Amino acid sequence: MPLPPDAGQLLQDLDYSVPRVSWMESKAVFNTGFFCWPAREDTMRALKIPAAHSWNVTDEDWHLPENWEKIIHKALCVYLEKFRSLKIFMDVCVRCGACADKCHFYLGGGDPKNMPVLRAELLRSVYRQDFTLAGKLLGKAAGGRKLDKEVVKEWFYYFYQCTECRRCALYCPYGIDTAEITLIVRALLLELGLGTQWIMEPVLNCKRTGNHLGIQPHAFKEIVEMLCDDIEDLTGVHICPPINEKGHEILFIAPSGDIFAEPGIFTFMGYLLLFHEIGLDYTLSTYASEGGNFGSFVSPSLMREINAKMYAEAGRLGVKWILGGECGHMWRVIHQFMETMNGPAPAGMITPRSPVTGTVFTHAANTKVVHIAEFSADLIRHKKLNLDPARNDHLVMTFHDSCNVTRGMGLIEEPRYVLKAVCNNFIEMPENTIRERTFCCGSGAGLNADEIMELRMRGGLPRGNALRYVQEEHGVNAMACVCALDRAALPALADYWAPGVSITGLHELVGNALVLRGEKKRDRDLRGEDLPTSAADADSASCPDLDPKDAGQGEERHV
Amino acid sequence: MILSFSFVLALACLAMVAGPLLPVFFGLFVPYAAFLVFLVGFVWRLINWGRTPVPFRVPTVGGQQKSLDFIKPSSLDAPYSHWAALARVLLEAFAFRSLLRNSGAELSVDGRLLYRTLPGLWFFALLFHYSLLLVFLRHFRIFLENPPALTGALENLDAFLEVGRPRFYLSAASLALALFFLLLRRVLNGRLRYISLPGDYSPLFLLIGIVVSGLFLRYCAQSDYVQTKAFVAGIFSLRPQNPAGLHPAFFLHLFFVSILLASFPFSKLMHMGGIFFSPARNLPNNSRAAHHENPWKGPLEFRGYADYENEFRAVMREAGLPLEIDPDQTSEAKE
Repeated sequence: MPLPPDAGQLLQDLDYSVPRVSWMESKAVFNTGFFCWPAREDTMRALKIPAAHSWNVTDEDWHLPENWEKIIHKALCVYLEKFRSLKIFMDVCVRCGACADKCHFYLGGGDPKNMPVLRAELLRSVYRQDFTLAGKLLGKAAGGRKLDKEVVKEWFYYFYQCTECRRCALYCPYGIDTAEITLIVRALLLELGLGTQWIMEPVLNCKRTGNHLGIQPHAFKEIVEMLCDDIEDLTGVHICPPINEKGHEILFIAPSGDIFAEPGIFTFMGYLLLFHEIGLDYTLSTYASEGGNFGSFVSPSLMREINAKMYAEAGRLGVKWILGGECGHMWRVIHQFMETMNGPAPAGMITPRSPVTGTVFTHAANTKVVHIAEFSADLIRHKKLNLDPARNDHLVMTFHDSCNVTRGMGLIEEPRYVLKAVCNNFIEMPENTIRERTFCCGSGAGLNADEIMELRMRGGLPRGNALRYVQEEHGVNAMACVCALDRAALPALADYWAPGVSITGLHELVGNALVLRGEKKRDRDLRGEDLPTSAADADSASCPDLDPKDAGQGEERHV
Repeated sequence: MILSFSFVLALACLAMVAGPLLPVFFGLFVPYAAFLVFLVGFVWRLINWGRTPVPFRVPTVGGQQKSLDFIKPSSLDAPYSHWAALARVLLEAFAFRSLLRNSGAELSVDGRLLYRTLPGLWFFALLFHYSLLLVFLRHFRIFLENPPALTGALENLDAFLEVGRPRFYLSAASLALALFFLLLRRVLNGRLRYISLPGDYSPLFLLIGIVVSGLFLRYCAQSDYVQTKAFVAGIFSLRPQNPAGLHPAFFLHLFFVSILLASFPFSKLMHMGGIFFSPARNLPNNSRAAHHENPWKGPLEFRGYADYENEFRAVMREAGLPLEIDPDQTSEAKE
């Protein structure tokens, strides 16, 4: 894999000047490090993608099906008839340019076709040519452009350089939502058998095993048990979470990334500790072991299919409501699409109610799904958790707002409320880079593949830059987030743009600060790293009801 | 840009030269036809948009959601009710709120991305639209034989400086200024020039032509106001008068307005209607609380649990996971 140039060099070489040649005349140049490997034929076939075939991005001939123009035309026609959003977004852009420098890929790469307006124009020009009167009559003078194979290649190149983060849509006076356009163009490309392996393989896995990573049920259980062993090792508390069990109140669904790799697993351990401590009546599921939804990156129908398991499993297990873990696009799907696509929720489900505080989550009355940050913030508000934030005193935290939960849902203050309760040192990044204005990690919407590391590091520039700023000015050494893709992508970003900053999930910090009944002396955090000494002292002092027997057991086990 | 400019210039010549020669065609036929095209086209576009389904509730959320009672929600940027969403759209349409948020990103020499608030576009866009509205409303003095008192009041307000003869209207100046800014911005900013299409320049040139010819008619041309007014009012009252003898600049003014009107439904000017239809702005952020119906939602095939268990039953059993169909129990039952 070609490594991206050194960060300082990249900044120096950044060039925002526009080329002389009009964008309509220039072809896409496929630079290594900027495009994902194509989806394999067998993967696509297994997903019943009609024109599945074998092809190479850098080849001249992409082996498109013979009647490819007709296929695109027909599919675009269908999407225009089904999505008012698409029609409006194709028709109303005035090219005011407000979105131009809002995209992280444009800011990090300078390629003018990464200005959201031009990215959309790649489709809009074809739309104008084929679907509008002015375009049919006047062609190029009306901003039309003939659909040819180069345009298809350009679509593939640039619509896979969009993370559907919707930052541009925030600034657009008409709310033109590039995520909607990107989703539809990717769906059009799928009609021609063009996709990326990084997205299509997880989709296939998810259909078969219930999660993107292809973890089979027995392996899922083993991993959970392994994490529980770690928990016992670190805290002395024995946890055995129910899996696939009927008759519990709550089904907990997290992104599978959280049980797969660091640092996500520490967040998962945090969830388990929290549930154990409050005595939550819940179950995990191997069949619905994926909160995330790679289908949502490429096709409305695949999104629906993958998401359907959540309600199906909730119904089968007879739970009252669903609690969802920390994930970005998972939550955009749950919040904006789930009940519409796959509702109504199974008959036995009720409006979620916290069994600990009695709070009724009326804002989730329809979907019956509550975000864990909402759930925890409510617990903390009602003082139901014994927290020792001093255990996180070695961390100077900042918080990365994940684009999907922020602009797709409005989850902004809940995680901050939790964060401030479990950490004593919290610094915000500059205001143009947080909350609703937050910048993407640069690896969302199926773009966290290794082969596009340069693209990702470039896309991560605005976030990395803001992080570097608080690191230099305020000594920030850790960044929390509520998204599994962030947890996968941000460590690389931090290493590149702000070396020395570690990435944590929100509930990893909760897990560290949580004083458990019957815990042993906590001298290590969930990563197994030493806790600050003072905090460790404070911790035993703040635990008067520590059961010596339990603690003793814990100690014994690990001596 | 050059294409649009030549196009508009050609239209100008056409109107100035051919207008007085074919007064009935340019004075009556073209405006009526243009208005008809505008009306039918505009309504047709709105109906077409309105009939296209909104499968999902996908507002762009720009603030804190309504969730827990101790966290203050942002009612405008994360509207929870349809009324709040309506307020959001109206403020978007009439105050351009999203543009107010605009910022420019720049890379400093020491490699820091800096963000500057850029209210210029917001200000001049607002100035342009409201000036145009005012100028349009003022024209009712000419459109109607007996203009309502309100137009007189608007005129007095607009001309409160009481300078010049005829009185100088502020809206004319602000309209010209705003147009000039919007054009200059498009031409001078390399990024904007790069994204601009002929269809972005033409309306600007047409509007500039309309403003210039209007100012010329009011302040410079020795045009007969009484005849012009009678003619225009005749158009509006559907009692057309003979347009012969009207000033060439008037033909240009009228022709440009006609072209703008006729092209309206087929151009980006439709943003005027579209802004109210944008699902990213006009929907409440309450999909978890209230159902949203997708009218074309069909049946769904997906891999059910039974299928899943069938494939993994053996390993699930070995791992001690609960099963719907347990081979042990089934065989026992058979015995």
